[in-house]
Amino acid sequence: MSTTANRVGSVAVGFDAVGFSQDFPALHQLVHGKPLVYLDNAATSQKPRSVIDAITRFYEEDCSNIHRGVHLLSERATKAYEEVRLAVQQFIHAARPAEVIFVRGTTEAINLVAQSYGRTHVKTGDAVLVSAMEHHSNIVPWQILCEEKGSKLRVIPMNDRGELLLEEYEKLLTPETKLVAVAHVSNVLGTVNPVKQIIRMAHEYGIPVLVDGAQAVPHLQVDVQDLDCDFYAFSGHKMYGPTGIGILYGKKRLLEAMPPYQGGGDMISSVTFEKTTYNSLPHKFEAGTPNISGVIGLGAAIKYLARVGLDNVATHEHDLLAYATEQITRFSGVRVIGTAQAKAAVLSFVLDGIHPHDIGTILDHEGIAVRTGHHCAQPVMQFFGIPATTRASFALYNTEAEVDVLLRGIAKVQEMFA
Amino acid sequence: MMPDSRDIRDLYQDMIFEHSKRPENFHALPDANRKAEGFNPLCGDHFTVFLRLDNDTVTDISFEGLGCAISKSSASMMTASLKGKTKSQVQELFAQFQRLVTNRAIETDDEAELGKLVVFSGVCEFPVRVKCAILAWHAMMSALDQKADMVSTE
Ligand SMILES: Cc1ncc(COP(=O)(O)O)c(C=O)c1O
Repeated sequence: MSTTANRVGSVAVGFDAVGFSQDFPALHQLVHGKPLVYLDNAATSQKPRSVIDAITRFYEEDCSNIHRGVHLLSERATKAYEEVRLAVQQFIHAARPAEVIFVRGTTEAINLVAQSYGRTHVKTGDAVLVSAMEHHSNIVPWQILCEEKGSKLRVIPMNDRGELLLEEYEKLLTPETKLVAVAHVSNVLGTVNPVKQIIRMAHEYGIPVLVDGAQAVPHLQVDVQDLDCDFYAFSGHKMYGPTGIGILYGKKRLLEAMPPYQGGGDMISSVTFEKTTYNSLPHKFEAGTPNISGVIGLGAAIKYLARVGLDNVATHEHDLLAYATEQITRFSGVRVIGTAQAKAAVLSFVLDGIHPHDIGTILDHEGIAVRTGHHCAQPVMQFFGIPATTRASFALYNTEAEVDVLLRGIAKVQEMFA
Repeated sequence: MMPDSRDIRDLYQDMIFEHSKRPENFHALPDANRKAEGFNPLCGDHFTVFLRLDNDTVTDISFEGLGCAISKSSASMMTASLKGKTKSQVQELFAQFQRLVTNRAIETDDEAELGKLVVFSGVCEFPVRVKCAILAWHAMMSALDQKADMVSTE
């Protein structure tokens, strides 16, 4: 039996999702005897062969430390590492390579800003503004900061479609507010927030904005200069790259004025026991030996995405989401959580009387990988008055046929619980 | 590929559906003298177990809360099987149930003692669901170990 039997028919005309799926080795396996249907891409996407090979090649041929050796291997590794910085700069349209800081992921990027920028600028009585749909990683670092500083965490409310209320937001742009931190795309609701407008409004009051782009970069073109965001954070592993590597983009002017986040090797230009002079950007924020193979894998992922074309990916995923949404709403007892006008690649839902955990186990038995739970966004669950959702999230290699497998799986779940 | 012998029906046996749809002892217990909460932060399942303990005997037991079919039916069947048991019998049954769902060598007389609870024998094939099956039991054990006067502090 062919494990690819169900990978037929993509939606977007001319977009060969089945063909692209051939590039991803992990997709071609049986799970509980059924062909894997991987719909947990918002948690992490699968990796194409080119990413896996780039990492292997680094360890087999160029393995060495960077920025320090005079030998050939170190030279090659340093060159490869710094070339990826340029690739990331182009990928997000940053003005300068020095504005691209390699970190462990979105979480570390946000913590860096909270600890470095936040501790410098947020004082007692000040406020940090987040939105009602944030991932825990864009809530907790600010809570830690606010706790330490005696400042307040304020929340931009949303409506029951999962759209932020911009009139309410405007009212929260008070003199106490020292930073706005908001998701570009919600990992639970799929909402694409109007971040450009959010940023423009904050800037009118002189308030800088951090955008959590973890769920945006795999699905839409990001131009940090056009957005005019002050910080932009994302993870490699949700955009077909390896785990353990992510990016903090920051405007040079802000990054230069910020104190280091961690101390160690590579981030200094001279050290005596009396005084240390910090290295220039971006190295000031890259203490210690970084995730070199991760950076190189990320470079391969960016190349892969460029080859497929992010606009094509966006169209394809949009079609899949529209199809899945239309089909799932025909079921009785299904409620879609997150029905914003602008959405990307995420379909969260609940089934009447059936707990998501049971749905997840039964779907897993049909070979379908989805995420169930609160998705690290408990305040969103509280807002909708539900303990958890089931979430299907799409990537460039998913097909309409796979959506059909999901729909049959849901029918089976309902049948079992009937 | 790994052969897969797990059948979804081994996990979701009919009795589990029955108890999750119509749980027994699913209410608060006004004259409880012990209670404890069990919470699974990974999936949000949350139960409160109420106990009435008189002279080391469980004279009444109930639960409240939200959870999946496995955790809810397990809580329901637990309350049904513990009523009237002494503290040491409860502790013994807890140990047997734990062995059942984690598939550690089941002792010969475990099955007889467990009675209907053996419908949870399929859980050990689903490692990520063990926590669901055992959640209310942990809450019950922590209620059992409380001092009687602690219940009012909540
Ligand atoms: C919106 C959002 N922000 C932040 C994160 C955290 O990303 P990471 O775990 O890669 O640091 C995630 C990932 O789950 C996310 O979806």
